[in-house]
Amino acid sequence: MDLRDLYQEIIVDHNRSPRNFRKIDEHTHTAQGFNPLCGDKLIMYIVLSGDVISDISFEGSGCAISVASASLLTERLKGQTVEEALKTFEELHTVFTSPDEPEDLEALGKLGALAGVRAYPSRIKCASLSWHALNSALNSGGVTASTE
Amino acid sequence: MSVPATVQTQEFDVERIRADFPILHQQVHGKDLVFLDNAASSQRPQSVIDAVSHYYMHDHANVHRGVHTLSERATAAYEGTREKIRSYINAASTAEIIFVRGTTEAINLVAQSYGRERFQPGDEILITWMEHHANIVPWQMVCEKTGAKLVVAPITQDGELDMDAFTKLLTDKTKIVAVGHISNAIGSVNPIKEIIDLAHKHDVPVLIDGAQSMPHTQVDMQALDADFFAFSSHKMFGPTGVGVLYGKQALLDSMPPYQGGGDMILAVDFEKTLYNELPAKFEAGTPNIAGVVGLGATIDYLNQLDFNAVAQHEQALLDYAQEQLATVPGLRIIGTAKDKASVVSFVLDTVHAHDLGTIVDSEGVAIRTGHHCAMPVMDFFKVPATARASFAFYNRHDEVDVLVAALIKAQRMFA
Repeated sequence: MDLRDLYQEIIVDHNRSPRNFRKIDEHTHTAQGFNPLCGDKLIMYIVLSGDVISDISFEGSGCAISVASASLLTERLKGQTVEEALKTFEELHTVFTSPDEPEDLEALGKLGALAGVRAYPSRIKCASLSWHALNSALNSGGVTASTE
Repeated sequence: MSVPATVQTQEFDVERIRADFPILHQQVHGKDLVFLDNAASSQRPQSVIDAVSHYYMHDHANVHRGVHTLSERATAAYEGTREKIRSYINAASTAEIIFVRGTTEAINLVAQSYGRERFQPGDEILITWMEHHANIVPWQMVCEKTGAKLVVAPITQDGELDMDAFTKLLTDKTKIVAVGHISNAIGSVNPIKEIIDLAHKHDVPVLIDGAQSMPHTQVDMQALDADFFAFSSHKMFGPTGVGVLYGKQALLDSMPPYQGGGDMILAVDFEKTLYNELPAKFEAGTPNIAGVVGLGATIDYLNQLDFNAVAQHEQALLDYAQEQLATVPGLRIIGTAKDKASVVSFVLDTVHAHDLGTIVDSEGVAIRTGHHCAMPVMDFFKVPATARASFAFYNRHDEVDVLVAALIKAQRMFA
């Protein structure tokens, strides 16, 4: 188990300079992700135009894994439909939690870098925090998502 | 890094102590384990492991019930530990030693049994800003039911209790004071004798959360004059799932049972139940017998240590750790009280505590990262989380060096 599998360059980079790290005042959907174990707290802001995520951002504080994951999420999902976004959520969720080795990480693109948490069970919550918040924002329109 | 001769204690042979703790002698990720998470839970000496194992192999039966030999053996071992605890903390009577699951249950017991009966709207419960959630939430729950108010004494920027403010907040409205002896999050040692004396001038009883002090020091209930004192076995090198509530007999006698069931009764019919005497009144159901037996062996182990030498060794470790951590660029120690236990909380400017925890683990170092069940302390210092290295008497100076090297590795990784 090499730490660099967890802290790949792309993770370090997105932690150091998170993309779309801002508040969108005119959002249509929002939800907070909170990890009570470590205190990580992220807020996702989404603008839906029809069925398309026309803008998406986040704010908050957390470890490198949770911040990089949120940053990668916003980068990936901007311009996607809600259906596509939820499909990506499902795919990533399977990668994080399935006992089977992921078959095709390439298909996940940059998000594949998050698969390193598989070897660190206590850190899966960090990587999935923003995704749970996204899911909650799109499905229920704004309650706090918890990783517990 | 060599250790200056002045910080080495002559009396304290740390290698001899380490030989008593089998778990310390292992590798994690190919590196020698450096266990610095003792404030969360410490490790057990072989004698405690053997005592629990011997109990299950030879003596187990339910306590206080059978007339057969095994039940009598189990009862003797269980009650024998009660006397060991009484003597260890110098309580006046074994009736004052209640076995519970841990500090959390002890505080809940007092909050529910003592507080819920007596507190009225307008009454105040005085705690401090540095309490563990276990000494906050049980009181909040009682406040909700009774209309009493939770009053929180502030701390200073060093993480010390503000005694002037505390003194002012202690009034005729105060019905109980509940204070941690030592902060689990930042290591500050509170002046509990002074607090107890102050509260008693107002006829206010005091509960001390001793979870963090028992692993580091010895306490004397009669000298302290504490009304309640709660602690956990697992933090003081004993088994998990067992702890002690000490309470003055007159107070415990005046309180209703906390839970109902077997062992806490004298006679039951469907009209009325007669409750048992202390301490059985507060020990409903079959207790954690093996845990209590193991705690007895823990007390035997602690009794053969020289606690002056322990204190000197831990102070030297603390001084060395704080001095070495201060050399790490961008590191800030959270909690700089003058009187501190061997607990160091810190943050690094470029690496989140949670990432630190994972990275130093890859070097074999176990530290705690997060809010340490003390979110108000984190809010006070405006940090989301800290990393915490907490030392026990079996830790060595060179383990500090391993920690510091691991922190520098973490910084490089994020540079």
